[in-house]
Amino acid sequence: MRQAMNFSLDDTQTMLADSIEKFIENDYDFESRQKYSGSDTGFSIDVWKMFAELGWTAVPFSEDDGGFGGSPIDVMIMMQRFGRALIVEPYLANIILSGGILRRAANAEQRERWLHPIIAGDLHASLAFVEPQGRYDLANIATTASAEGDGWILDGRKGYVLNGRNAELLLVPARTSGAQSDADGITLFAIDASTDGVSIDDYPTVDGHQAAEIVLDDVRVDSEAVIGNVDAGFAALDATIDDATLAVCAEAVGIMQVLKDKTVEYAKNRIQFGVPIGSFQALQHRMVDMLTDCEQSQSLLMWATMVNAAGQSDAKRAISAIKYKIGTTGRKVGEEAVQIHGGMGVSWELDIAHYFKRLVTIGQIFGNADWHLDKLAA
Amino acid sequence: MDVTFSKDEIAFRDEVRDFFQTEYPADLLDKQNRGISLSKDDYVRSMKALHKRGWAGVNWPVEYGGTGWSPVQKYLFAIEMAEANALDIIAFGLNMVGPVIYTFGTEEQKQRFLPDILASNVWWCQGYSEPGSGSDLASLKMRADRAGDHYIVNGTKTWTTLGQFADWIFLLARTTTDVARRQEGISFLLVDMSTPGVSVKPIITIEGDHEVNEIHFEDVKVPVENLVGEEGKGWTYGKVLLQHERTNIAGVARSKVRLNRLYEQTKNSIRGAAPLSDDRNFMRRLAAVEVELKALEYTELRTLAAVASGTAPGPESSILKIKGTELQQAIDTLYVDAAGYYSLPFVPEQYGPDFAGERLGDGAETKTLLKYFNYRKASIYGGSNEIQKNIISKHVLGL
Ligand SMILES: Cc1cc2nc3c(=O)[nH]c(=O)nc-3n(C[C@H](O)[C@H](O)[C@H](O)COP(=O)(O)OP(=O)(O)OC[C@H]3O[C@@H](n4cnc5c(N)ncnc54)[C@H](O)[C@@H]3O)c2cc1C
Repeated sequence: MRQAMNFSLDDTQTMLADSIEKFIENDYDFESRQKYSGSDTGFSIDVWKMFAELGWTAVPFSEDDGGFGGSPIDVMIMMQRFGRALIVEPYLANIILSGGILRRAANAEQRERWLHPIIAGDLHASLAFVEPQGRYDLANIATTASAEGDGWILDGRKGYVLNGRNAELLLVPARTSGAQSDADGITLFAIDASTDGVSIDDYPTVDGHQAAEIVLDDVRVDSEAVIGNVDAGFAALDATIDDATLAVCAEAVGIMQVLKDKTVEYAKNRIQFGVPIGSFQALQHRMVDMLTDCEQSQSLLMWATMVNAAGQSDAKRAISAIKYKIGTTGRKVGEEAVQIHGGMGVSWELDIAHYFKRLVTIGQIFGNADWHLDKLAA
Repeated sequence: MDVTFSKDEIAFRDEVRDFFQTEYPADLLDKQNRGISLSKDDYVRSMKALHKRGWAGVNWPVEYGGTGWSPVQKYLFAIEMAEANALDIIAFGLNMVGPVIYTFGTEEQKQRFLPDILASNVWWCQGYSEPGSGSDLASLKMRADRAGDHYIVNGTKTWTTLGQFADWIFLLARTTTDVARRQEGISFLLVDMSTPGVSVKPIITIEGDHEVNEIHFEDVKVPVENLVGEEGKGWTYGKVLLQHERTNIAGVARSKVRLNRLYEQTKNSIRGAAPLSDDRNFMRRLAAVEVELKALEYTELRTLAAVASGTAPGPESSILKIKGTELQQAIDTLYVDAAGYYSLPFVPEQYGPDFAGERLGDGAETKTLLKYFNYRKASIYGGSNEIQKNIISKHVLGL
């Protein structure tokens, strides 16, 4: 008989988890991560190719698209482990965000042209979901697309376009009708990054990743650039950002667990006043709180992922719950890890600082704690 | 009890305000207001401007060239300085080693060192912490062995803030190992950084800056006349200094000004459909910080008043340190949250003096997230906040 409650991984999930863990252990230590992060691309092309060869880039896509037919649970398994290794390869930009839009809204020809090379690891794409004035409101889109002849002209500005340095394809939500923060009237466009009028100003971000500000000035595209229906792009955008939010929460939980483990380890070994600092109750209780927050976050993450996988009606609420948790106690776990490491916690050389920076960054994207608490209280 | 200022005090405040508007280097205020990274020379010029006006030794007694100000005057000065957005005073000379020298030094040391400290002719750094001795400072291993009219200093100091700029360092080093208590046998030494055997190695911190250093001492010869006070009694002097450091770290005036600026920013930053000031969650958190800060402002005034009536800052200074740094960090967090996605770019070069392009992510402050990361140090240094709580529980509560 199938049991009602089951928190364990099935065989395929276990295999996926094992293969990622093995890869991290053998090929992705902190020094490699720092090297990839500091390279010209901002990640390792070879590692990315390997992700594709191992089928990890195919996980969330249907078998028709050449995918693995995986569920949000598979994505959670992967992202949590990516978090543990602080992976800088563009899984979020290419697979979750761009892939999420294309698999939901693109037609067969567009999938063939863009989605398949993304899955194969040959094309870098990014979703421009942030506008400078929009804060966390996805529907607040001031970038315009006006019809001209058979095509469209786009004007506007996008911020924090992930992997903007390497993106060859930009997925751009633009306003084709309605007021600036209406959900209706948003259309999704696929734009070649080399199109005239597209300027990309990329920059490193504090977490060792990279992003870009993008200005669209009189950018002309033909009608095949439209993904899905005109004025009806919001649903795919919103659902994709929900996926992405869950994905980074899984990453964050992985990071929190590492920070907790490393802090406990450090406290056992750092001697002050002739004893390990871990023997001070003032610190012991705080590490217990870190553990509790890790467990509570893991629970919310699994709940949110499972209700999403099951398509239940409280899925959105669950996503806001875990994102709020990461934005509050997640940040707290990071701060405590740094504090308990003393000066070592703020030194660039140690990995702690970098886990902390990624964790704080995750709290800042796709809606911070205040934003999601508002949704929960609405 | 009276919270109103006297006519004289108001006149004093106006005088200070006028100084920052007319005499203090305007280019430095401009740099500050535009969030441009500051150089050593900027700090020196700032402190020299204060010195020229006779205001460098805010806490110093008049006989050594200090202001001799009352607590209220010091408070007003700090507020005006923060309002003007003037550069922070670098504490190592003026607020740390200076007071130790005028309290415990010989007449000769006073004449030799104090004028240059007051005039910011010499940059000092603080050599207390060692790789194995942070919170447990009394376990420090640096040796200063007497050899005729010199000490020979060997060992490593770490986390030395702005040691790369320093001309001199004040050290705690062990002159005797044969002692009953570890706190004994430690001496307070002044060392010229250009002495052979001193080498400075940078440590890069979380936000990517070079602010701290590891400093190695290999057979460094230090003349005996650079010992402050009695040999082996350095721990006592070092502790007095730490208590001064703790009151200075609180930074209440700066926090007040930063919070006010953030209030203004929330009204003016259009985020989506409404200004940030419409975000009730955010504004409630801001208001809660404001309440604590107001309380701390008065706690600080009460401490200053006690100091004025003759006592050196006692264990109560630990309260200021804990709360002051917690509030600085809370304000950093609010700025980060206000900036949203625009806290994330890591582009230090855009804050360079010669950067001409359009900067990313400016609000009422720049570098919000970098500042947040950098200021995690505030609850770690100057005696970590945990150590402050230990001090309070032992010396105030008697536990
Ligand atoms: C940016 C920065 C600048 C600095 N500048 C200077 C400087 O200019 N000069 C200088 O001399 N030093 C400086 N310091 C060093 C600073 O004073 C030490 O970092 C601090 O004393 C803590 O020591 P530690 O880093 O070795 O941490 P540890 O002492 O190893 O402490 C690790 C953790 O254990 C906790 N802990 C330790 N003992 C206890 C206890 N008994 N009970 C409860 N908790 C405890 C601490 O609070 C901390 O959270 C600086 C540090 C930083 C980070």
